[in-house]
Amino acid sequence: MSATIISLPDQSTARLPKVNYLNKEHGLLSWLLTGDHKRIAMLYLISTTFFFVIGGAFAAFIRMELLTPAPDLMTSDTYNKVFTAHGLIMVFLFLVPAVPAIFGNFLIPMMIGAKDLAFPKVNLLSWYLYMVAGCLMLGTIIFGGVDTGWTFTTPLSTHYVNTNVISAGLGAFVAGFSSIFTGLNFIVTIHRMRAPGLTWFRLPLFVWAHYAASIQMILGTPVVAIAIVLVALERTIGIGVFDPAKGGDPILFQHLFWFYSHPAVYIMILPPMGIISEVMSTFSRKRVFGYTAVAFSSVAIAVFGFFVWAHHMFIMGISNYSALVFSLLTMLVAVPSAIKIFNWTFTMYKGSITFETPMLYAFGFIGLFTIGGLTGVFLGVMGTDIHLTETYFIVAHFHFVMVGGALMGYLAAIHFWWPKMTGRMYPESISKLAAVIAFVGFNLTFLPQFMLGYMGMPRRYHAYPPEFQVLNVLSTAGATVLGIGYMLPMIYLVWSLKYGKIAGDNPWQATGLEWQTQSPPLTENFTEIPIVDHDAYDYEWLAHKTHREVTSVG
Amino acid sequence: MDSQAIATGAANAAEHHAHPSYQRHHFETEGQQREAASLGMWVFLLTEIMFFGGMFFAYLLYRNWYNPAFVEASRQLSIPMGTANTAILITSGFFMALGVWAAEVRKRNLLVLFLILTNIFGCAFLGVKYFEYKEKWEHKHIPGIRYSIEEFMHPLKNANGTTELEGAKALPQDIAQQTEMFFFLYFAMTGMHALHMIIGIGLLVFYTYGAAKGKYTNGYVMPIENFGLYWHFVDIVWIFLFPLLYLINRHG
Repeated sequence: MSATIISLPDQSTARLPKVNYLNKEHGLLSWLLTGDHKRIAMLYLISTTFFFVIGGAFAAFIRMELLTPAPDLMTSDTYNKVFTAHGLIMVFLFLVPAVPAIFGNFLIPMMIGAKDLAFPKVNLLSWYLYMVAGCLMLGTIIFGGVDTGWTFTTPLSTHYVNTNVISAGLGAFVAGFSSIFTGLNFIVTIHRMRAPGLTWFRLPLFVWAHYAASIQMILGTPVVAIAIVLVALERTIGIGVFDPAKGGDPILFQHLFWFYSHPAVYIMILPPMGIISEVMSTFSRKRVFGYTAVAFSSVAIAVFGFFVWAHHMFIMGISNYSALVFSLLTMLVAVPSAIKIFNWTFTMYKGSITFETPMLYAFGFIGLFTIGGLTGVFLGVMGTDIHLTETYFIVAHFHFVMVGGALMGYLAAIHFWWPKMTGRMYPESISKLAAVIAFVGFNLTFLPQFMLGYMGMPRRYHAYPPEFQVLNVLSTAGATVLGIGYMLPMIYLVWSLKYGKIAGDNPWQATGLEWQTQSPPLTENFTEIPIVDHDAYDYEWLAHKTHREVTSVG
Repeated sequence: MDSQAIATGAANAAEHHAHPSYQRHHFETEGQQREAASLGMWVFLLTEIMFFGGMFFAYLLYRNWYNPAFVEASRQLSIPMGTANTAILITSGFFMALGVWAAEVRKRNLLVLFLILTNIFGCAFLGVKYFEYKEKWEHKHIPGIRYSIEEFMHPLKNANGTTELEGAKALPQDIAQQTEMFFFLYFAMTGMHALHMIIGIGLLVFYTYGAAKGKYTNGYVMPIENFGLYWHFVDIVWIFLFPLLYLINRHG
């Protein structure tokens, strides 16, 4: 389909709707007992941001310690606790829940033309479980911390450390159930609540990506839950399923743990991939190239994601033959990931591209995720993995995917849907600056870590030989820049709540159903349930619709 | 309020009259609500399967590794008690199925009766389980807390010299120690199953109370139907646990 040039609407006449989901009811209780998916999304937005700041503070401590080769800021024990806290908070309380629970929650019902998720109370329960998990994690850190790393690896976690493993494990367990309920809600909603005419292949790719991620949440998370329960039982009453002295096998824990935790990285990256599809299409004014391929590649990633877990264990004593198979399967995941990257690039080809902030973040995503993904292939190859595993190369690789990929996607989303969520625009020029700062800071932080890892600097140590200092200083400097890049949006987005320009219904002229209603939306989203008679990303339909529609009412 | 919102409110009120009172506001039709709840329950059961799956996987792995020890350890479990419990649980499931039927044909008293019967048999299962666990305590077969490999190295004998447990063989010490793994898994799996039973029994009390007030016999069958799915799932877990833990290789 050829690109359609659409002029953005004149926002000077836009007014905030008098009644919307934000002001329908008042008072703290109306928020804490709400069933509205949009309000729950806002609760998640506030709480995940809170934990992101804490996790970020721990990252800052790590980088400060690594500024100099000598261990001068903290002892090795403290350092272990700091990087564990960073990992636990960022993985379980930010990366896994953030995009699905904020944007999935807010947007899936709107995108499919439903009034709410299928189970609003379960949705609220998810948030409370998330908060319980958050309190457990905070309690763990305040009352002495935990130093197993976020992976709870046995026998370290069961025999050799005497820190708060149980409360941290319980936190991960509860966070897991929060994520299971979110995934369950999404799956049922997408199956059963679609508006008339909205067939599977008319769904926005954002919905497909969340569907794939939800499948992983419901299939993977229970397995890590039981693994963590067994670790807790081993610590408390001496059950020995992972204890070699009693005939148990610590490697079994790793199998059970990574059976979830590898799919978990796709739970973190698939929803942001859905965001990128939306943003790419909107700012290229063109249907996503190869819609069906992109949709199925999400499902393929979800399926392959379950058969690659042992690549985390190549050096841990699994048999060479299974390592070979897992190595091959790991490289297969690169195929659907590449399908996405190529299709997004082709989407831009001959599109009418504009460079709004979400698009800049999306560009950042594509570049950084490609690097992160390709270095993942290095690590999937057994020979290089044995050299590079447990070094900073791994750290750089997964930060490229998780921060360069998932977090860039998250930032793209928050800018893209901010007008819909709040009814107001973010300030455009400073946000562009923030996007560039984050990109530069990110690369400065993590590119040196690839080199450090390749030269052999191990991860999880608080001291290192002096010859690694130059690159570490660069990395710490980059982290400072990156920190500014993250702090800016927090400041100007809050500022825009009061002073931002009024956005109007559809400031980007995007095609999704969520844009065809007022911003911020009504409590039940639509005045009448839409009937869908067109494909996703049909800009001609939108142009036609806008043409016919009366744009202002007296 | 602007005119739009008033219009929506009025439309909602009109819809409200056309639909049964138990239909939640965000569903278009009653059928949609029922289908959504049912799919949600099935997806939840899928997560439950994965939850138990981790333990089944561990069991199969260790059973392969420590087969002689597992065979001797499983001899300690009482087949009569296990069989009785299987029968009790199936009976309980049968009454649950009847309960769903009673809700569908809107017979309130029958529904309450069947739910109570379901509950009684569920509690009977736990009662039998209590005596089984108690016996393990007496024989010092509680792993981690109170465990002795004595009976596996020197099986208990009757007065006439035969072993008390039919076919029991003495194990050398290193293999006898592996029996503890069997009991780890036995207690983890049956304990997790019992925990699901206890949750189920709690829910049953709640539903029985609602049923007595006639909540589920006016066409609103969904909660009973979905609870039935949960209850049958818990049965099925036991149907797998019973042969794996009690029966296979008993005479190997």
